[in-house]
Amino acid sequence: MLAFVIRRLIGMVAVLFGVSVLVYIVFILIPGGDPAERMAGKNPLPANVANIRHQWGFDKPFYVQYVRMMEKAGNGVVPGKHGEFDVLRSFDTRQDVVREIKKGIPATMSLCIGAAIIWLFLGIVVGVISAVNAGKALDRVITTLALIGVSMPVFWLGIVMRYFLAEKPAHPLFPDGEYVPLTQDPVQWAYHLVLPWFCLAVLFIGFYGRVLRSNMLDAMNEDYVRTAKSKGLSPGRVLRKHVLRNSLIPLVTLFGLDFAAVLGGGAILTETVFDLKGVGWYAAQSVGSLDLPPIMGVTLYGAFFIVVFSALVDFVYAWLDPRIRPT
Amino acid sequence: MAESAGDLTTDTAALLASEEHEVSIVGRSPWYLAWRRLPRNYGALLTLLVFLFIVICCSIAPVYARHIAHTGPNAIHADEQVRVSGKLTPVVSGGAVYNAKTNTFEVRRVHYLGPTWWHANGRFVLGADSLGRDVAVRLLYGGVNSLKIGIGSALICTLLAVLLALLAGSYGGWIDWIVSRFFDLIWAFPVFLLAIALGSALQINGFHHFGINIEPGSLWIPTLVISYVLIPYVGRPVRGQIMSLREKEFVEAAIGQGAHPLRIMFSELLPNVASTILVLFTLIIANNIITEAGLSFLGAGVRLPDPSWGNMIASGQDQIQSAPWLTLAPGIAIVLTVLALNVFGDGLRDALDPRSKVRLEH
Repeated sequence: MLAFVIRRLIGMVAVLFGVSVLVYIVFILIPGGDPAERMAGKNPLPANVANIRHQWGFDKPFYVQYVRMMEKAGNGVVPGKHGEFDVLRSFDTRQDVVREIKKGIPATMSLCIGAAIIWLFLGIVVGVISAVNAGKALDRVITTLALIGVSMPVFWLGIVMRYFLAEKPAHPLFPDGEYVPLTQDPVQWAYHLVLPWFCLAVLFIGFYGRVLRSNMLDAMNEDYVRTAKSKGLSPGRVLRKHVLRNSLIPLVTLFGLDFAAVLGGGAILTETVFDLKGVGWYAAQSVGSLDLPPIMGVTLYGAFFIVVFSALVDFVYAWLDPRIRPT
Repeated sequence: MAESAGDLTTDTAALLASEEHEVSIVGRSPWYLAWRRLPRNYGALLTLLVFLFIVICCSIAPVYARHIAHTGPNAIHADEQVRVSGKLTPVVSGGAVYNAKTNTFEVRRVHYLGPTWWHANGRFVLGADSLGRDVAVRLLYGGVNSLKIGIGSALICTLLAVLLALLAGSYGGWIDWIVSRFFDLIWAFPVFLLAIALGSALQINGFHHFGINIEPGSLWIPTLVISYVLIPYVGRPVRGQIMSLREKEFVEAAIGQGAHPLRIMFSELLPNVASTILVLFTLIIANNIITEAGLSFLGAGVRLPDPSWGNMIASGQDQIQSAPWLTLAPGIAIVLTVLALNVFGDGLRDALDPRSKVRLEH
């Protein structure tokens, strides 16, 4: 097990390195052209452009630029050097990207943890109910609803939810957007987040419900379930201890990666629609002006979460399922 | 092959069964079974018709625009009047209105022409947007863009992923290592963030490397971006299946007969994963249409003024109070299309699965 953990950790570092190189290629090499000319504005003086080019290091060879970029991203994380050219800055607003991402973390965490609890709980409930009633009318209704949930674009659902539940009614059920920090007022915090939580969770509820349903139907045909039934266990006990326990294991992988993705800014659409000033919202603000460093920072941040969580998921998986535990 | 008592070949099984039931068993390909099963799945059939209907509607967009709506997707009619049920109605009213008596401008609430359904002879069937453009026409043209990107990127993505998975699966060794690491690398990103990153990086100057020239604003940008970020989602399951097929006897037999690796790839492995690929392809189109809508919503996909269902929602959301149809119409179009594809994909999977419980009566 220890060898497996060490091997997995080395792999994790290698993937992170690959990720950073790919991010660098996407943001520096693909756009081509000269970022200095874009930054200097319309009709710039040649000296001005050359100055920007030199200060931001666009004239250096690509490997030096790569190292500088990583150094800048690193400087933002640790306290200390935060000078004009020591940290990753937006081309447009010249704000410190890492600091802006840090500012967004509480809102993103609040959104994602709440939504994750809802989608995991309701996803399991939906899956179990439709698997137990497989083929009956209730199963059909739930399966259809799950399919509709999976087929809705999350931003459209958010806009419609906001309009019908928070904006249009004379006495709205829910407040319209606005994030209240948890430390300020926990009740208002939760009340303001109910709509975004459910909006983000709907897609995952449908998806997890469907996956769990088919896993459970497969498990019900296994020999060990027949054995459990024939030795006289109650149907409820067979369902809980044998069918459900084994069917939940594949959800661990799904949940780990999905949770990492939304935590790392993947909830960008939900955050944008509900004006939650989180990590994803910050990236979305820069898309309109095609300001690359914030998007680059958030992408790196998101990839970091996924890589770390997928290693964690592998450890949990090996612990839960002895069959796949590597030697 | 081991000669144990439990090892019945298909022929003996068929022989035994025919003795028992006095009918002969006919070997049937999964395609034939699917062809027989699918029409029994009314839900899947209905959704296929819905999808085809949407495709046909979008493909006649130019005809509709010219002969029924008498306008184009980007034509602005803000200061015109339309005869709705015989009454002249302004397309966009309100805003700053000049008052001749007091010689001042008054700001009135802006009012857009709502859906006229069929009371204006086919004009503004789904209402007008803030610039006085015909929403129905934009919806159809936007559908063309959304479907082009959705289907195009699904084609490219599936083609590349299957090719990579076949290479990895049949050659193994270092080729498999490289392909798998490539999948891992893309897998390590949040899909949507990577798509936004690539989309906005490409929108700056387009793409001008390796002899490929794509201008910023081109439909190729979202198409290629989406197909690139989804490669592992198709490639990984296909590669896994090929890996397990490689252990099967018929592949060993082909290798033993000295078949060329290309022959093994295309005539032994590919036909056996074809049904998986077809199902994944259907579901990937649905997924890509949603992804495209999200990208265009944020401004990293189809750029205005070109319509797409995603950017129509983006520009309509600010007027949701006064003109909800601007947001509802494209949203419903997306949900219908994607739902149809998802249900059909599910039905296809059931029909193509040899273990599926769907009964076939003779």
